[in-house]
Amino acid sequence: MENLQTIREQALAALNAVQDEASLEQWKVAQLGRNAALTQAMKSLGQLSAEERPLAGKQANEVKLALEAAFEEKRAALEGARLRASLSSEKLDVTLPGRPLPLGRLHPITQTLRRINAIFAQMGFQVYRSRDVETDEYNFLLLNFPPNHPAREMQDSFYVEGGDPENPTLLRTHTSAGQIHAMREYAAKDPGNPPPIRIVLPGMCYRFEQVSSRSEVQFTQVEGLAVGENITFGDLKGTLTDFAQRFFNANVRTRFRASHFPFTEPSAEMDVECFVCSGAGCSVCKHSGWLEILGSGMVHPNVLRNGGYDPDTYSGFAFGMGPERLTMLRYRIEDIRYFWRNDMRFLEQF
Amino acid sequence: MKTPLSWLKDFVDLEGIDLEQLAHTLTVAGLEVEEIHYIGLPMPAGLQQTKVSGLSWDPDKLVVAEIREVGPHPNADRLVLCRLFDGQQEHTVLTGAPNLFEYRGQGELKPPLKVAYAKEGAEIYDGHQEGMHKTVLKRTKIRGVDSYSMVCSEKELGISEEHEGILFLPADTKAGTPLADVLGDAVLTIAITPNIARDANIYGVAREIAALTGRALKPMPTEVQATGPKIDGAVKLDIKDSELNPRFVLGLIRNVEIKPSPAWVQQRLRLAGMRPINNIVDATNYAMLELGEPLHAFDYDVLVQRAGGKPPTIITRPAKPGETLTTLDDVERKLDDFTVLVCDTAGSLSIGGIMGGLESEVTEATRNVLLEGASWNFINVRKTLVAQRMSSEAAYRFSRGVHPAMAPRGVSRGLELMRQWAGGVVDAGLVDEYPRPAAVVEVEISPADAQRWLGVALTNEQMTSILASLGFEVASKGDGLSVTVPDHRLDIETGVVGKADLMEEIARIYGYDNIPATRIGDPLPPQHGNPELELEERVKDALARMGIQEVMTYRLTTPEEEARRLPPGTAPDDKPYVKLANVISQERTVLRKSLLASVLEIAERNARLRQRIALFEIGPVFHASEETLPDELSRLVVVLGGQQQPAGWQAADSAAYDFYAAKGVLAELLAGLGLHDLKYEPGTHPSFHPGKCARVLAGERQLAVFGELHPQVQGQYDLGAHTLQAITLNLEVLSELAPERFDSRPVPQYPPVIEDLALVVDESLPAGQVEAMIAQTGGNLLAGVSLFDVFRGDKIGAGKKSLAYQLTYQHPERTLTDDEVAKLRERIVRRVTQELGAKLRA
Repeated sequence: MENLQTIREQALAALNAVQDEASLEQWKVAQLGRNAALTQAMKSLGQLSAEERPLAGKQANEVKLALEAAFEEKRAALEGARLRASLSSEKLDVTLPGRPLPLGRLHPITQTLRRINAIFAQMGFQVYRSRDVETDEYNFLLLNFPPNHPAREMQDSFYVEGGDPENPTLLRTHTSAGQIHAMREYAAKDPGNPPPIRIVLPGMCYRFEQVSSRSEVQFTQVEGLAVGENITFGDLKGTLTDFAQRFFNANVRTRFRASHFPFTEPSAEMDVECFVCSGAGCSVCKHSGWLEILGSGMVHPNVLRNGGYDPDTYSGFAFGMGPERLTMLRYRIEDIRYFWRNDMRFLEQF
Repeated sequence: MKTPLSWLKDFVDLEGIDLEQLAHTLTVAGLEVEEIHYIGLPMPAGLQQTKVSGLSWDPDKLVVAEIREVGPHPNADRLVLCRLFDGQQEHTVLTGAPNLFEYRGQGELKPPLKVAYAKEGAEIYDGHQEGMHKTVLKRTKIRGVDSYSMVCSEKELGISEEHEGILFLPADTKAGTPLADVLGDAVLTIAITPNIARDANIYGVAREIAALTGRALKPMPTEVQATGPKIDGAVKLDIKDSELNPRFVLGLIRNVEIKPSPAWVQQRLRLAGMRPINNIVDATNYAMLELGEPLHAFDYDVLVQRAGGKPPTIITRPAKPGETLTTLDDVERKLDDFTVLVCDTAGSLSIGGIMGGLESEVTEATRNVLLEGASWNFINVRKTLVAQRMSSEAAYRFSRGVHPAMAPRGVSRGLELMRQWAGGVVDAGLVDEYPRPAAVVEVEISPADAQRWLGVALTNEQMTSILASLGFEVASKGDGLSVTVPDHRLDIETGVVGKADLMEEIARIYGYDNIPATRIGDPLPPQHGNPELELEERVKDALARMGIQEVMTYRLTTPEEEARRLPPGTAPDDKPYVKLANVISQERTVLRKSLLASVLEIAERNARLRQRIALFEIGPVFHASEETLPDELSRLVVVLGGQQQPAGWQAADSAAYDFYAAKGVLAELLAGLGLHDLKYEPGTHPSFHPGKCARVLAGERQLAVFGELHPQVQGQYDLGAHTLQAITLNLEVLSELAPERFDSRPVPQYPPVIEDLALVVDESLPAGQVEAMIAQTGGNLLAGVSLFDVFRGDKIGAGKKSLAYQLTYQHPERTLTDDEVAKLRERIVRRVTQELGAKLRA
């Protein structure tokens, strides 16, 4: 049985010398094939005595298994080497640009409007839209702007040809015009006991102003309105602060300043701490640490009454903000005219 | 309104109050301080809650000095040399100030002249440069004499733009004192919103400061030393329309001497933004700025002369038809029937509350002054201002409302200032007609109101204290308070509006910061969606997913701009434009009728820079209607052109957008919204190529029109090489058609049988008809028909085309046998052969 050991050693020595897959195949034929020494040895087992046969058979089989395992190991090693060689020859320049895909984007103002609407939706405010072209009555009179009132000076309107001289047709100067429509629509559902309201009113507004980097003839606005039997100025502060912390960041501080709008009383401007410098002062906040974000106030009793809500029972708050301004602050856009010019080089940034 | 700090200090003690903090306190209380202009006082460094401007005077470098002697300059006639003491040492200072020439060569001046002295390195304004530019004083030589310091003009100090001579300081100021301690001031520019018209004066702002800081407010200065005879009989009054002119007050001062006002008065007027004229006119302006009641001074002797030597009668009345008046600004004005005039028996004198007339103006020769203070209907003043295109400081105040109670106060204050500055003797008493006294306004409030409006628990005592600090009279009544509105304000109403008015006052003074922020506790209203908006958002998302960019465009345009969307010579449609009555730009005269035109404009703007145009917009178009308000109709427009895929560095699919690409976009969009069974048929629309235009019908209703832009339309836009496809879709129809939900289909568990079928048909036969027939014949077992090739050529013959379809056969519950598929296929082929004349392609 020394023969078997010799066969094994010689075969393994030969395998050691194998460098490629073709030689490996030749080795397999030579060492494990029909004419291999091992095969011959196993064939000759029959000539052994019955006593010798089991042990010899076992040993021969062990040698066979060992050679097969060695073959398998070698084969895997050679295959791995070949794959490595092949992979290293297939190297790409990963710095070449990717294949361009057209990503369709929404206009930045649509994106901002969606953010605003979504935040308020989670607070129970639903979207109510109304028309661009309005009457003086809805845009001014019912919102507590009497004719010739000084407050009207703050909003120069585009008027439409024709129409009733007593109640001219105009392009709405604020989405507040929709407040009365909404209140009357809600109140009509149950005039004796009108339901509470919580809505936002997004839309396009127009002002008779020269176009500049800071002002446009048309601009979007989001108005908000909450009416109920138990709505306070504290609720106004809380709701708008929640909004600011969702829209800007969770830690942003807000500040409310007394202001004047004919359709609210008391009225307030809300500032948020500058999110660029965190209130330390920078060019965005003009070194004040604060950014003016929106106007708000408790709905004026005359406006509640005009909407069908008894001001002795109901109270409410309203607010209005400019998505363009919010977008400009958020992305540090310098020129408001970019929005309606729609240059792709601008739009594709959002 | 420009509010000098020094003037405020006449009425409220500001000692120890930081100016920036004061400005902030005013701002959060509704008196927005837009700017603090520093005149010498130290300016804050770092964070500036309020915008600041102006100049700080270095206490070491800008001091009071005394000029002890003025001598000639050795080399220049127009310069003098001053021997000057700055509190520490003497200097020789060179200046060209003409107001020093008179002291030249007088030897030691007794007393010396007190002046503002700037040392080397001081920051001042450049007196010789136009406008206000800061500069630092440097050592130099002027005409051979060393110069390192200067005596300053008002301009160099930033007090005014005056640079004619140097500024003289009062004789009792001490040399060496920092100049800022003597002259330093600051001007707060406060935005006056309509609800705080009462604060458009120094005293009003001082009252707010007192209330906000808890300091005492000094009494309103209305005392007048009237030692002359009683005014009775010197002038009569006749108010014709008391609604337009509820009150008219006159006072008289005799034997005044017209001359310039004291320097400090002139400086205050300048700081407040008014030009000093003479002591009489300045007194009227000063009293107006201080108390808010505009005054008008007449030359009494001119009025007596016009009355034929008798005591004049002042009449107020609306103008007569065709009446004119030449006002102080030398404009002859045609008056309306609502213009209220102040007249005498000889004719008109002034436009009430707005502007005086030329003839009765105070002049150098005036000796006796009749002073008017009145009350005017503010709405009527506004109407007059608009009609006459006028403005004045008086009209600014009257057009925002001045309480009639202010009239006698203003007149008294004006007379006293005239007496102090112009000498003379004031007649005792006033002539006062008050036919329509203002109502006394009372409002009842209680802690429950504060809780309901503000959400804060305030006691009656807290509310009383706040309201009293603003001048309200407060008395206890039941559980709450009875509040009487002071007679300097017109903005508080009665009833529930009055309650809201008072809540605003309480909240402002209590401090918005002190009201706790809460979440709404009121019940949540019934919740419902906004289906139109939700559909729009789905459409936007679907289009963006197809790589198309959303745009938002101007809704104001011109008919000429919109005409470009139609071939030249196209007859205008019968829908009228919504036209603007007041136009600000010739590019924006009407509301748009076409969204296509809006988007094509944007395509044009981007065409030259882009190889791919893919844009969409959703928005309204406007049609004038028989009703008062126009129709606002919601539309979608998609515009496509150039390469469908952006070009990269690799060989790529560079197919251009064509008709079928546009159709693909539309079909995907509609399928994604759950719309099926739509009919596509040839359409006609003037903006589109007549052979490459289709419309989409749902039943009888037209949902969309799309196609290739008409070449002549294309030619009217600068589009470079792009050929544009466009889709216009009616969103109102879409929202009626789009189903809220649909039934899904199960995924088959058994393998389908897929095979191809190529049919040769006449060129004129629409492919849609072939496909529809295959689908119909295949029935439930034919799960899909899809055209994958259209072929024309010699092998098929002229006038023919081959349509190759992939058919997917599928049984929901088992595998179809070859036999079943063959039968189905045969039935399809037979039908298209017989009914459409198709031939199976070999």
